[in-house]
Amino acid sequence: MAALFKARKALRLCVGSCRSLSSLAELPEMHQMMRQTCRDYADKELAPIAGKLDKEHLFPAQQVRELGALGVMAVEVPEELGGAGLDALAYALAVEEISRGCGSTGCVVSVNNSLYIGPILKFGTQEQKEQWITPFTNGEKVGCFALSEPGNGSDAGAASTLATQEGDEWVLNGTKAWITNSWDASAAVVFATTDKSRKHKGISAFLVPMPHPGLSLGKKEDKLGIRATSTANLILEDCRIPLSSMLGPPGAGFKIAMQTLDSGRVGIASQALGIAQAALDCAADYAHKRTAFGAPIGKLQAVQFKLADMAVAVESARLLTWKAAMLKDAKKPFTKEAAMAKLAASEAATFCGHQSIQVLGGMGYVTDMPAERHYRDARITEIYEGTSEIQRLVIAGQLLKDYAL
Amino acid sequence: MSRVLVGVKRVIDYAVKIRVKPDNSGVVTDGVKHSMNPFCEIAVEEAVKLKEKKLIKEVVAVSCGPTQATETIRTALAMGCDRGIHVEVTGKDYESMGPLQVSKILAALAKREEASLVIVGKQAIDDDCNQTGQMTAALLDWPQGTFASEVTLEGDKVKVVREIDGGLETIKINMPAVLTADLRLNTPRYATLPNIMKAKKKKIANMKPAELGVDMVSRGPGGGSEGDILRGLLAVEQSSRQHGGLISSSRTHLHPAIVATDFHDSSSLKGYSETLSFTELIQPTGG
Repeated sequence: MAALFKARKALRLCVGSCRSLSSLAELPEMHQMMRQTCRDYADKELAPIAGKLDKEHLFPAQQVRELGALGVMAVEVPEELGGAGLDALAYALAVEEISRGCGSTGCVVSVNNSLYIGPILKFGTQEQKEQWITPFTNGEKVGCFALSEPGNGSDAGAASTLATQEGDEWVLNGTKAWITNSWDASAAVVFATTDKSRKHKGISAFLVPMPHPGLSLGKKEDKLGIRATSTANLILEDCRIPLSSMLGPPGAGFKIAMQTLDSGRVGIASQALGIAQAALDCAADYAHKRTAFGAPIGKLQAVQFKLADMAVAVESARLLTWKAAMLKDAKKPFTKEAAMAKLAASEAATFCGHQSIQVLGGMGYVTDMPAERHYRDARITEIYEGTSEIQRLVIAGQLLKDYAL
Repeated sequence: MSRVLVGVKRVIDYAVKIRVKPDNSGVVTDGVKHSMNPFCEIAVEEAVKLKEKKLIKEVVAVSCGPTQATETIRTALAMGCDRGIHVEVTGKDYESMGPLQVSKILAALAKREEASLVIVGKQAIDDDCNQTGQMTAALLDWPQGTFASEVTLEGDKVKVVREIDGGLETIKINMPAVLTADLRLNTPRYATLPNIMKAKKKKIANMKPAELGVDMVSRGPGGGSEGDILRGLLAVEQSSRQHGGLISSSRTHLHPAIVATDFHDSSSLKGYSETLSFTELIQPTGG
């Protein structure tokens, strides 16, 4: 009986929101199983086609549907709305494993979960959740997030896209830039200014279906990496949507965007971790097989030091990411940790991508090996959802608050 | 409607490079990744599919071994089994546990659970015994459909397409029966994230072999009250392949007896096994 009671208590602790640091050493059983499922899927279904998706700029529609069936497209969405009903830690694990198979697919998963579903789940009415989340949980439809503009990226408060009320409609005008999933999405969360006089407090969020009259897409950007995702401008010209399409109260847009990006940082950190791990795996495997100077190059200290540095970078970023996820699950503030995680993971990804090519030498420079694709995929993680520079500002801001300066 | 018992075994993951222990007493298992035997996954998938087609009511997953065996049962639950049974076997009993002991346990459980079908993988990838299904059927005196690549329930009978050396054989057997899953029976599903969560709430009953009246002792052919315990003696790495040699023509290097034999005449084949060893028959050239 006592053993049963202890086991139940342990299970509750594992599942409950107050997860202590000691569980970082070993994940709870359910999370290990989830991680394994995602890893199996990524190894069998994504890794073999990742090169082709990248070369031919193909959106992995079939795989996204299969991931929807696995529950990966709506990890933190409650079951009543069609999601998997899991926590932020499970989400971080899922995105990392998927990204390890294919960085582009990991990006699609992350954008759908964190940037599209995230704000609606947090700020939407029950009706909006049913209309705009449920159809996007099974992989049949994906959404996108339209904050950046040609004139402002990091400077999100300067949104020049306007939304004016005309009768029982909002009319949107302006251009949004760098929108991931744009050509494959069925809806967008769009940020537009409703009251210019209030500056960033005058921005509001809107839900816009795609396609829609008045909304057109610019040409697909020809990117360095994550080429299986479509990135383009969203052009709004007298785009009319019902009043009920506003997400949250008027003027709350900036706050919604910032809070969304906070959670999104855990997702992008996980994506960067997956890419970094894939680069490390590639380099370590090659070090075993490639011989030079009469032995596998893994015996050479120069190579060993690189692998060790890569492993430390990945593992420390991973622990930061898990900590941010667990703080979020415990409903504690996690802004600083999320920014640290995103910064550490994206810099780990570019570092590992770079060093992986170096370990592979000439083979790292050609498309026969995935090292060059990891290098290219990694680069964007330091830019989107808050550049590394912005992350440093966020971290410093929080730190200085802690030290009460 | 009926109940299906599925046996699942926890084995070293197929992708792991197996290493022999330094004292040659066995293979390294500590800290090594384990997972459900791939053929057991196929067995679970088949049982779950039968349940989804509403041909059977309940699927019970069984595993024999120490505490870690429950991980394998949880995976089976996440794939769609309704409940699990963990038969706890530890220490020396676990080290000497083989198909016979597992079959006795499965047979006892099949009777206790009133199962209509027992489905297991055709073999485990660690010992490759390919015996558990067959022994279980013999102990229960039930018909068996082994190496199944297709299973169809037809009333109180099962039609099984078996993969055999000569091709495919179709048999129809009465239920209750024992089936063993072969590779092409189905493609096991991924445990979806929601199902992994649901698996947490499903029950795993815990019991010891003695409760089922099963004696775990492994006896040799001598029998007797103590018997010979079946145990592994030695584990060694496979010796690396030696270079082959080039021979100019096969004829000149075959034993004259073979060259002279008419293999269509069976009378000339008698006595071969007693007189000639294989190495005598093939004489390689040096270098």
